[in-house]
Amino acid sequence: MTGPSAPPDRSLINTTHSQPFLPPAEAKAMPSADRLARLFLLPLGLFVLAFFLLPMVRLVAVAGAGPNGAWEYLALITNARHFGTLIATLVLSAATTAVTLAIGVVVALFLGRNRFPGQSALVAMLTLPLAFPGVVVGFMVILLAGRQGLIGGLTQQMGMGRLVFAYSMAGLLAGYVYFSLPRVLVTLLAAVEKLDPALEEAARSLGASRAQVLRDVILPGIAPSLMASGAIAFATAMGAFGTAFTLATRIDVLAMTIYTEFTLNANFASAAALSIALGLITWGVLAATRNLSGDRVAAAG
Amino acid sequence: MSNNHTPGAAITLVGCAKTFADGTRALEPLDLAIAPGETLVLLGPSGCGKTTTLRIIAGLESPDAGGKVLFDGADVTRLPIEKRNVGMVFQSYALFPNMSVVENVAYGLRVRGVAKAERLARAGEVLEMMRIDALADRRIDQLSGGQRQRVALARALAVRPRVILLDEPLTALDAALREHLRAEIDGLLRRLAITAIYVTHDQAEALALGDRIVVMRHGAIAQIGTPREIYFRPADDFVAGFVGVTNRLEGAVRGGRFETAAGALAVEAADRAAATLAFRPETAQLCVAAGSGLRFRVDQVHFQGARQRVLLSAADGSRIVLEAAAEVVLSAGDEVGIALDPSRIALV
Repeated sequence: MTGPSAPPDRSLINTTHSQPFLPPAEAKAMPSADRLARLFLLPLGLFVLAFFLLPMVRLVAVAGAGPNGAWEYLALITNARHFGTLIATLVLSAATTAVTLAIGVVVALFLGRNRFPGQSALVAMLTLPLAFPGVVVGFMVILLAGRQGLIGGLTQQMGMGRLVFAYSMAGLLAGYVYFSLPRVLVTLLAAVEKLDPALEEAARSLGASRAQVLRDVILPGIAPSLMASGAIAFATAMGAFGTAFTLATRIDVLAMTIYTEFTLNANFASAAALSIALGLITWGVLAATRNLSGDRVAAAG
Repeated sequence: MSNNHTPGAAITLVGCAKTFADGTRALEPLDLAIAPGETLVLLGPSGCGKTTTLRIIAGLESPDAGGKVLFDGADVTRLPIEKRNVGMVFQSYALFPNMSVVENVAYGLRVRGVAKAERLARAGEVLEMMRIDALADRRIDQLSGGQRQRVALARALAVRPRVILLDEPLTALDAALREHLRAEIDGLLRRLAITAIYVTHDQAEALALGDRIVVMRHGAIAQIGTPREIYFRPADDFVAGFVGVTNRLEGAVRGGRFETAAGALAVEAADRAAATLAFRPETAQLCVAAGSGLRFRVDQVHFQGARQRVLLSAADGSRIVLEAAAEVVLSAGDEVGIALDPSRIALV
């Protein structure tokens, strides 16, 4: 950065970010802005290099430099233990997504259709979990379903024995659902409120039952929001670590395995390979959903 | 369902009032009888209760305790809309964006469990009747406003409802298209002999479409009558003002004569100290010759081609408007007389 007109560091990020939003016509009308854009290509390149490419390249290099060489990249599939962890993580994330969406749709439909005193306070309260880190969510799951938990106490009083599920996949599922629900709910609530109530009334006038209205009108109407918020819930569950770490170390999810590989086993190559796999899968799901919901949106008009 | 259309139902409302949860009274207790095959128009300004009445008939709102809705004499008050077999057309059309035109029209048959081949055939028939069969496979967002309106009507008719309910179906369209579709809907409703209830705030639509018109105000009926009765014999000032331009002259009735500042006119009415004579601009005959009953001075003349609109004032300053043949040459300041057809005036 020796050019006389090199901008001060602080403005770098701002200008590189705002540049792509210039409409082409305007850029053409202002050749000086065009020149400015080229000038900022360098800082943009440096930014991408420093925060994006370098760590990725390093991760790939570390993964391939272990005792297994390039085979390490496939460890997730070839190592039976890792493969089991992958499947468990995928199932857990899918379950989290399904449960969160199911609860989200029901609650969003109720809140979107009814008006009652204290409603805005309730909606604000429902977004509270967003404020907690994974550790706190894990702690809350233990308070609820742990050995001294509320649910265990209740089931014991009812003579069904002490129900404890905090330290298992079920506890993790509860924690993830709790954590993902606010985001899903806010997105779905906005979608439900945007739906024309006349659509539902029209379907009913034609003889559709409540279930048919849900299937044919409401779910297709909020499909793009279901896709988007479901993808976020899935991605969050795939990578979440704090809750799993708080609940139990013997829960095998990818994030936990990566942690144990490089802290306890000092197996950097394995941890790096698993990280790449986790990143690719999550990114793939997000990208696929974006494409799919994009098509849906276009088809629905 | 082998016959081509179900005969229209007779609909009766008995003491139907509606109070919303927040205490707003949308509808005073209302009695209404609609004959099979009749087209009834609910007319009034926004907030007059016309849409609430329609929604009570549809089954989208339930009347307050004591109110009853009868279809062909059977009490359907507790029956939800999906069981009433009504067809409904919404102001926003409410077409399903995730379905094609033909899927929209066939939807009512699909949820009734009609087999695919039959429901497509029947949807095709309705599309043909509405002359939109060429659009069958289009997506909804590829249609113009007028086409959407036709699809909405086709979808409501495809289930062969006992009554069709139309909630301001033409309001979202431009004026020329509105008039065109109004004529089309009129022809269709008459051909199908289906009971129809049509909500609008547009008096021209109401007069053109209705067998009878219910003018509503503040959640109550202001007048029920044929378009002619509503237009020529409005029950009160509100109805007269809402349906077209009305002239009114203040005066008194004495000995079979209505006496006003402009002169006197023979009427068939009992003596009254204060009365208002109401009449439409086009019902009065302009007489340039002196000696007629009511005398006015010309204020302004608006030439309109085939007709001319003449603004007049009486000796006491009360003003009226009337329409005259374009051939009569008038200018501001002229003294004229008017003759009124006794059958087309109202004394209120």
